[in-house]
Amino acid sequence: MANAQDQMPTPGTSNTIVPEKVREGVDLEINGKSYRHSGDDQMPLLWYLRDVLRLTGTKYSGEHGEGGYDLVLVDGKLASATHLPVAKLAGKKVTTVEGLAATDGKLHPLQQAFVDEDAIGCGYCTPGWLMASLDLLNRHPQPSDNDIDQLPNLCRCGCQTRVRRAIKRVAKGAHA
Amino acid sequence: MSHTNDNAIALSRRGFLKVLAGAAGALVVGIPFAQAVDAPVPPALLGDTLYGLGAYVRIDADGHVVIGIRDPDTGTGTSTSLARIIADELDADWTRVSTVSLGLGVEDDNGKPRWVYGHQTSGLGNSIPAAWADLRGAGALARWLLLQAAARRLGVPADRLHCQEGNVVAPDGRRLGYGELAEAAAKIAPPDAPVPPKTPDRYTLIGQPAGDVDARAIVTGQATHALDTYMADALIAVLSHCPWPDGSVESLDTSEALAVKGVVKVVQVKPEAGVPLGQTVRSPAVAVLAENTWAALQGRAKLKLQWKAGAQNESSAWFEQQAADLVNDKNAQPAARVRNDGDVDAAAKKAAHRLEATYVQPWLAHATAEPMNCVAKVDKDGAVLVVPTQAPQQAWKVVQRLTGLSPAQIEIRVPRVGGGYGRRLDHDYVAEAVMLAKAVEKPVKLMWTRDEDLTQDYYRSATVHKFSAALDGKRQIVSWNQRMASASALAQRGLPDNQLWTSEVDAHQLPAGLVPHLRNDWYSLPSAMLRGPSRGMPHVSNAFAVESFVDEIAHSLKEDPLVTRLRLIGEARMIPLGDGRTLDTGRLINVLKLVADRIEWKNWLRTVNGLGIACWHIDGAYVAHAIETSLQGDRLNIERVVCAVDVGRAVNPMGLEGQVAGATLDALSAALNLSISYKDSQVQQHSWKDYPLASMALLPDTTEVIIVPGDRDPTGASFLGMPSAAPALANAVFRVSAVRVRRLPLLKEMLRML
Repeated sequence: MANAQDQMPTPGTSNTIVPEKVREGVDLEINGKSYRHSGDDQMPLLWYLRDVLRLTGTKYSGEHGEGGYDLVLVDGKLASATHLPVAKLAGKKVTTVEGLAATDGKLHPLQQAFVDEDAIGCGYCTPGWLMASLDLLNRHPQPSDNDIDQLPNLCRCGCQTRVRRAIKRVAKGAHA
Repeated sequence: MSHTNDNAIALSRRGFLKVLAGAAGALVVGIPFAQAVDAPVPPALLGDTLYGLGAYVRIDADGHVVIGIRDPDTGTGTSTSLARIIADELDADWTRVSTVSLGLGVEDDNGKPRWVYGHQTSGLGNSIPAAWADLRGAGALARWLLLQAAARRLGVPADRLHCQEGNVVAPDGRRLGYGELAEAAAKIAPPDAPVPPKTPDRYTLIGQPAGDVDARAIVTGQATHALDTYMADALIAVLSHCPWPDGSVESLDTSEALAVKGVVKVVQVKPEAGVPLGQTVRSPAVAVLAENTWAALQGRAKLKLQWKAGAQNESSAWFEQQAADLVNDKNAQPAARVRNDGDVDAAAKKAAHRLEATYVQPWLAHATAEPMNCVAKVDKDGAVLVVPTQAPQQAWKVVQRLTGLSPAQIEIRVPRVGGGYGRRLDHDYVAEAVMLAKAVEKPVKLMWTRDEDLTQDYYRSATVHKFSAALDGKRQIVSWNQRMASASALAQRGLPDNQLWTSEVDAHQLPAGLVPHLRNDWYSLPSAMLRGPSRGMPHVSNAFAVESFVDEIAHSLKEDPLVTRLRLIGEARMIPLGDGRTLDTGRLINVLKLVADRIEWKNWLRTVNGLGIACWHIDGAYVAHAIETSLQGDRLNIERVVCAVDVGRAVNPMGLEGQVAGATLDALSAALNLSISYKDSQVQQHSWKDYPLASMALLPDTTEVIIVPGDRDPTGASFLGMPSAAPALANAVFRVSAVRVRRLPLLKEMLRML
């Protein structure tokens, strides 16, 4: 960053070109869009997503991210947004639940399966289930019940067996 | 109502339904605010805000139908099921229906608040039964008006027209869409007599499966719970609560907290003296208000705060000992003799065979997914709150008391709620948000952390149940004595002592009506731990104890527990239970037999796995579970879960299946692993690491739900799947392990005894 000053054009050499200011902040790519966070770079991704960008699909889980409501994908890998300072995300690609559907609004097959199986209780933990299930399917396109058992998510409404059905529905579709 | 004008015809229909012309040719049927009609608000404005209108249903000129949902949706499916009750009556095209959550409507009637939509509470599984008649009435009236409008347009008598998927259809095939008729329909005077609702043979949506209306918004992350609401200029508030409700601040240094970038203010909040539990702040707290949540959380961590302990120093171990002592003390006087049929003691003396057992169940927390939160904007002109509540009227009362604002000045918005289970019938967090908004003179968005959510709850009391049963020479139970000790969930809420038992025991619970000599005594324990309503209370703890004990009786008789149950229930008949309630034993037998057949109960002795069965009834709804378990070493597997429910008519079978399967898993999750313990009146569980809701791996892979077809008016079902699930599991565990679990949580007890 210190070198940025050196690369600027020398002031006063032109009447029309205004020297660009140093751009402070962290560049992130979230759901295919570019953002720059210029606030506290230790702010966890969770609060940057929610308070700053108003991408509220990623939910508050708890101090430790327990329950898995805050799960996102970072460069394709499952991660807890509670534990990721924005500073660590420079240049990385973040996918949140808002980024799963196609740009034309067509739902991702997993989202559609959650809708078709009504794999929803109060809906608060659903985004986290979706992100963890997507990660599971990325790693195991035909997951076994034991694979599905490893999902870290918790649900008080009891939507687990419907989530399992939704995952299997997608796995079956991929197989066909 | 006397006021009328060309556009707003306000005729009384059963005293509450109104017809209005909305904006741009819309037809509105519902319950307008007094000021919307009497003021009068220009009718052109009526279509602009459904919150301000109070409509149940609006049909727009383009044929789109908007249905207002009066009860909060905590995940129990009210948005879908309530909408489909109106939409069916209206013969709407479901693909062109959208829903909107109705905030709280209050009329200022000579200074007295009146609830515009009726009782807007989501709890006790009551949403569908309470709304059934109202919603069908609104839909029927809208349909009638559209038919009249079409009759005039087509020159065909209304009784020769019929409605179909958003159209009025004439005998000659001509069709008029509802949108084309809406404006004319809004100008037709409603009939003096109520329009009779459809006969069930003409239902098109009721009884058909439908997914959650909010599903798409939820899976795309667009659904906004209250915690996802951002009000302009609102400060984010997080709190540090005193571990003791009767404690206080010993010392507080805010300098480092205020030095955190983004932190704006630190404010103390305190409980008010003399205000019932749940209507004011629960424990003293220090709030850190900041520009964003991260700053607020950092600020909270930097508070130098010492709490002064309260006088309370109770422990959960002490409480359970007290409860056990009470039920075992033959001289102890019950706080309530809940039921006393025949002469229990005389019958027991004559009996051939006697049996006793004691069951202990732990304290439990609500553990909602969305933590307590509230957005509050309060100034002298009014208040706007966004509240995840099950009971908006109760939240409104808290705001009214704390602000002194008039009813019409308070707006309560209720988005989809991230779980209720009774926790959100209390509004301590609303009181906190209002107090903070007043203190900082800015809107405030309050959020509790997970730790606070678990340690600052209104818990379900631990219970101890002691049973004595006596059987005659024909192996029939002739005498049944239940002694239960707990701390009432209704204490400290301004209710008289003689009502406190009602949260702990149901006077009509099994085996009431089936055993000639039956006594049910409740022993009240004082406790400093704050308690509140919980999902399925009082049925969940009682069903576990009763249905486990029935299994013990079967075992002592060396009998198939299904046979024992069927002998206890006897022939199909109607048994009056008192209070006008009836036990339909035929429906109870039916759900038992359905789950037994499905799980192949005839193998109950031959299988190496363990089969368990249990049943229950709650106010006209019947449920049974059969569960198969296996043991691999000391690892318990729940192989199969089958549940049958009879709720009368199932409005949305898909939603009902979800509710029943969900409640089943919720009950199993709690029974397997959950307990709250406390020392010095401080809860020892701080996160879901030590209050572990069951993971996927512990729960069954499938939950099979059998819905009994029925044509009675629907009963509530949101917790119906809970009561018989845990005893069926414990009974199955006994079959596979010979361990009789008389103390929950089950896994810990099973491992101790294996």
